[in-house]
Order: sequence, then structure tokens, then C-alpha cells
Amino acid sequence: MIQIEYFFILSGLLFFIGVFGFVTRRNLIAMLISIELVLNSVDLNFAAFNRLLFPDGSEGMFFTLFSIGISAAETAVALAIIINVYRHFHSDQVNSIENMKW
Amino acid sequence: MFDYAFLILLLPFLSFLLLGLLGMKMPKKVAGIIGTCVLAVLFGLSLYTAYHYFFYTGEYEAMKETFHVVNGRLDGGQGVYPTVTVFNFTWLRFTELLTFNIGFRLTPISVMMLIVITTVSFMVHIYSFGYMAERDENYKAEGYEKGFQRFYAFLSLFTMSMLGLVVATNIFQMYLFWELVGVCSYLLIGFYYPKHAAVHASKKAFIVTRFADLFFLIGILFFSFYVGTFNYDMNVTPGLTEKLTAIAANPALQWVLPTALFLMFIGGAGKSAMFPLHIWLPDAMEGPTPVSALIHAATMVVAGVYQVASLLPIYIQFHATEQLHWIAYIAAFTAFYAAAVACAQRDIKRGLAFSTISQIAYMLVALGVCTSLEGEGSLGYMASMFHLFTHAMFKALLFLCSGAIIVIIGSNFKDYMGGLHKYMPITNICFLIGTIAISGFWPLAGFFSKDEIVDACFNFAPALGWFMTLVSGMTAFYMFRLYYVIFWGQSYYELDPEHRRRPQEVPFVMWGPLVLLAIISCVAGWIPFGHFVSLNGLPEEIALQHFEFGSTAWFSLLAATIGFGLATWMYAGKKQPVADALERTFPKLHKAALNRFYIDDAWQFFTHKIVFGCFSIPIAWFDRHVIDGTFNFLAWGTNEAGESIRPWQSGDVRQYAVWFITGTVALTLVLLCLV
Repeated sequence: MIQIEYFFILSGLLFFIGVFGFVTRRNLIAMLISIELVLNSVDLNFAAFNRLLFPDGSEGMFFTLFSIGISAAETAVALAIIINVYRHFHSDQVNSIENMKW
Repeated sequence: MFDYAFLILLLPFLSFLLLGLLGMKMPKKVAGIIGTCVLAVLFGLSLYTAYHYFFYTGEYEAMKETFHVVNGRLDGGQGVYPTVTVFNFTWLRFTELLTFNIGFRLTPISVMMLIVITTVSFMVHIYSFGYMAERDENYKAEGYEKGFQRFYAFLSLFTMSMLGLVVATNIFQMYLFWELVGVCSYLLIGFYYPKHAAVHASKKAFIVTRFADLFFLIGILFFSFYVGTFNYDMNVTPGLTEKLTAIAANPALQWVLPTALFLMFIGGAGKSAMFPLHIWLPDAMEGPTPVSALIHAATMVVAGVYQVASLLPIYIQFHATEQLHWIAYIAAFTAFYAAAVACAQRDIKRGLAFSTISQIAYMLVALGVCTSLEGEGSLGYMASMFHLFTHAMFKALLFLCSGAIIVIIGSNFKDYMGGLHKYMPITNICFLIGTIAISGFWPLAGFFSKDEIVDACFNFAPALGWFMTLVSGMTAFYMFRLYYVIFWGQSYYELDPEHRRRPQEVPFVMWGPLVLLAIISCVAGWIPFGHFVSLNGLPEEIALQHFEFGSTAWFSLLAATIGFGLATWMYAGKKQPVADALERTFPKLHKAALNRFYIDDAWQFFTHKIVFGCFSIPIAWFDRHVIDGTFNFLAWGTNEAGESIRPWQSGDVRQYAVWFITGTVALTLVLLCLV
């Protein structure tokens, strides 16, 4: 039986790696991947809690599936935006689009 | 029976829209003909209305009511000629009880006004074909806009507004159209707008009358607040008499009706140029002369008289007779003052303008001396309306004659005239008829109406009667002075015939209306006016028309003859030694009269030094510095705050992310600590 702490440690690691990557990376694709890591850590938490706290129910599992679907759609939208940004600014670096303000 | 009546308001309005919007696209002649044709139709409709009203509706009602005479008054207050409300619809609903209606009401005096307005307006429309064409040519060189179409459009608008005023079913409708005629007057005085004097005159006229109208509005608000209705005709408004009686009987509210009525009269005094609000009328002569004839002699300036006459039953029945007598005293003084100033004017149109002020004052005096609804006390009402009618005709005639002279001479000043009787025979005869009529010589129109007024004054107070007799002598003097300096005396042309334009008679379109108006001025005095118009609705006889000359008529005839004799003695000759000697003997008096006794300067001082200096400038300072300052500070503060936090939105996504994450973590920690 895997201890519940192991899940938490893994998901915590994933979360902070994602956050760190989002803040430090300049490449838009890399930032998107970091966001996906954050989402995956949450999905993992959902599944672990459902399995360990409410073994008879399956709401957590469904919610995980739901979240994966959403994140797939979100990735598609984000990629479309990134492609447009690239076409417009001829760059995939996040600091090249700093004039999107005011 | 009067179903067509809405056309009387609709037609001139449509003509205004047509000429105003499309006028410049059509030739001048067509625009003028459209305007004149509409007026011809209106004139016909008014005559038809008058005929039906006085000879069918009235007679029928009289038959019905014959057996209900109570205390000398016909029962129900209807009299021989009932009030006919042709239509009356709600325009605005203020409260459940107080509504603003637009309607069309026929009473003896409103029918009389319909005739006056359409007759004079029709004559002016025809006459303007000649006058405005001539003027257009004269002013072309000076860069004046050619406004023939514009002129006819404004005339149509004015006719509509004035007709709307006289058929008003309630005081608010009267006020609405009252303002509209004021606007038309403004537009037409300033018609030659590149001319500075015209622009100043139009502004002066508008501001002075607007100032007076403010009091009118306050009066209306008082009246409507306490009485609960805008209607003033007690014959057709159920319950109005009871309400007014209740207010008049309540000691706490006794002040309401006299105050409201007198405030309304101040509005009327502004429009009718009573002292000291008369200052705009002489300056209004800067407008085209047909306009002076129509608006500033015959119709708009008698709006104040019409208003007081319409409200007269309320004045008399509800204890406001004291206010009525104040009106009489103000008007009597105005009549004297204007007559004195008219004696010294060099500009013939200004002379006529002061004569108009004096004659309107006569009408108001006659209204002011009314003390009861029947008998001798009510004589003034009929006399006033009669004088309004005849004065409109002969004063329009005099103005149109002076317009003909101005077109030929090219100036308003008497110095350029003189000896015109040889060159302009028709105008001469017409002006003479007008002069005799206004001076009050038998058997022309002015004699009957003015002596009726003097008679009413003698009935009220002999002193006032003598005073008005004196003024009627002055009237004869200044009118004959004007006549002699224009048509007799030394001719300006003959002094230097080589270089000066030879005066000649005006074309037919101009002298045609003159002759028509002259004929009306000759015969109007014989209309049995008292049969149609009287305060209690019962027919009255005008004694003078039956050769029963009372002593008062002889006195005023004598006064007029003395005035005529003096004028002949002083002004008929080629040289005027007596007048010049008088001018030298009393230089100050002459100068004061020429400058209208400095009333205009007094107003100038009052508005500029006192009102502007003591009130307007401090208020303007407060407005600019305190009120504007507060809001400027608020705007400045917002702007500065925005400037200082603007850099937070840097556009750097990672920075936002750091803020977001830090914020989330901080919030989580706070929540954890709280829990």
C-alpha cells in the first residue's frame, strides 16, 4: 500500500516545478508545459484523495477526467494564441510581447 | 361648425416649414407667392369664422338664452356670444389634475384678433413684394444676404404663433405662443444681421421681453399651484369660479390672485412696451418696415393688452381691482411719456414707435379703469378692444406709408424728406388719413375708439380723464408734426435737384395695401363694435356713433384741434422758426426728449454697473474658483493616482505570475493563521 504522503510529495513537487518553470522560463511553449505540470499535479491529488478517502465513490475520478479534457481544450487555445503571437511578433519569447499593456 | 379651425394654425406652420426648408431652392417670386396665398386663405377663413361666429352661433345662443336673464346678465355667463372651444387636447400631463392643453377657443375678442392679425399680415405680405425687393437691391452692394425667402418664412411663423396666442384655451398655451412670437420678433428685428444696430436691437428686444416673461411664468406658476388649472375662462371651465371664490375668501390666500395677476401683467407690460420696459420697442425699428407694421405696431405688441383683457373677469370678480388701477396709472404715465418723446424724434419710424407705445398705453388705461362687469364700469373693456382694432389698422397704415417713404428716400431721418406731397400723392393721402385717424378727428376710426377710452377715464376719475385728453392733444401734435416734416416744408430734393434722386410714387404692390388699409381706417369707426364685444356679453351702444357727443368728446376734439393747430403753426412752413426757437430756449429739455429722457441709459447703468458689477461678477468668481476648483481638484487627484499606479501593468506576463502566486500564497497564509 502506497502511503498517501507519497502522492502529496509527488504532486507538491510537480506543482512547484510547474510554478518555477512558469516564472523562470521565457519561451511561451515552455511556459505552457509548466502550466500543464501544475494541472497534472492537481489531477493527481484528486485521484489520490478519491482513492484513499472515499473508495466507494468515483466523483474524484470523473473530476480528474473532466479536468484533463478541459486542459486539452485550454492547450489548443493557448497554442493557437502562441502561433498568432509568433506570427505577429516573429518571436516566441515572452518578453518580446511586453507592449501589451495600457 | 368650426371643424376647419385647425387649418388656421396648420397652414401657416406648413408654409413656414416649406419656405424655411426649401425656400432657398425656389425663386423669390414663388416663395413670396406661396406665403401670400397661404395668408389669403387664412384671411378668408378668418372672415368666414367671424361671420359664422357673430351671425350664426351667437344669434342661435342668444335665442336659447333670451329667457334666462338674471340681474342684467345672461344666465350661465354665456352672454350673446358664447365661448366656443373648437378643440382642446392634452399636450402634457403634469399631475392628475393639472394638464397642459393645446386648443382653439373662439370668443368675441379672439375672433376680433383673428381678423386683425390676418388682415394686417395679408396686407404686409403683399406690400413686402415691393419693399423687400427694393431693399434687396439696395443692400446687395453692402454684402447683405438676400433673404427674401427667409423673410416670408419668418412672417409665416409669426402669423402662426400670433394666431395660436389669441385662440389659446389656457394661460400656458398663451405663454408658449407668447414666447414664439418673441422669437419671431427677435429673428425679424435682426433680419439685416450684418448691420450692428440691427443685431443689438434684436438682442435688446429679446432680453427685455424675456426678462418680463420671467414674471409672467412666475405668475402662471402661482396661479396654477393654488388654483390647480391653467384655464382662465370661467364660462367654459367647470368649477373654476368656485375655486377662485374659495381662494379669494380664504384670508391666508387672499394675496395669491392679485399677486399672480400682477406678475402676469409684468410679462404683458414687457411685450406691450409699458414704462419702464418700453426700451426695446423704439430700437426694434431696425427691422424691415413691414415687420414694424405687423409685429411692432399691430399685433405682437398688443399681446399684453389681450392678456389683461382675457383675465379681466378674474381681476374684477376676485378683488384685484386695485392692481387693475395700478395698471391704469402705469399706462397713463407711459402714454404721456411716449407722447412727449415722440414730439422730438428725428427718425420717423422711431416717432411712430413712440406713438405706438402711447396708443397701447391708452388701451391698457381703458382696461385699468374697469371696475365692474356691467354698466359704466365695464365701458373701458369694450373701448380698449375697439381701440386695439382700429389702432392696428391705422398704425399698420402709417408704418407701411413710412416704409414707402424710406424706400424712396433711402433714410429714416426727417432731414432728408420734406415736400414729398408733390412726388408721392397716394402715400401722402394715405398717411394723412392715418394721421387724422390716430389724432381722433370725426369721422375717422380713432375718434370713436379713443374718445370712448377718454369717456371711460372720465367715468373712473375726472383727473385721469383730463390727463388722457391732454395726451390725445399731444398725439395730434406729434402726428401732424411728423406729417408736415415729411410731406410739406422744405424739400431736400429741391435744394440740389442735380445730384439728388428725384422722389417718386411707389409701385402698385406697395400702394395697393396702403389704400385698402386707409379705407378700413376711414370706415372702421362705424362698426357697431359694442354689439359684438362687451365684458358681460350684452350688447352695448357706442354713443358717439349715434351723434350723441357728450362733453368729453368735445373736450378731446378740442385738444386734438389745438394739437393740430400748433403743429400747423410750427411745422407747416418751409422754415420752422417757432420750433427752432423753442429748441434753442430749452436745449436741455429738447436733448432729454431726443434721448428718451435717458431711460435707456438708466437701464444700461442698472444692468452693467449694479447687476453685473455687484452680483454677476462675484457669482462668476465663486463659480470659477470654488465650484470649478472643487471639481478640478477631484479630477486632478484621480489623474495623479492613476499615473502613479499605471506602471504596475507592465505587460510582462511573468511578473504578473509572480504577483499572482505571491498573492495567493499570502492569502493562504493569512487564512491559515485565521483558522
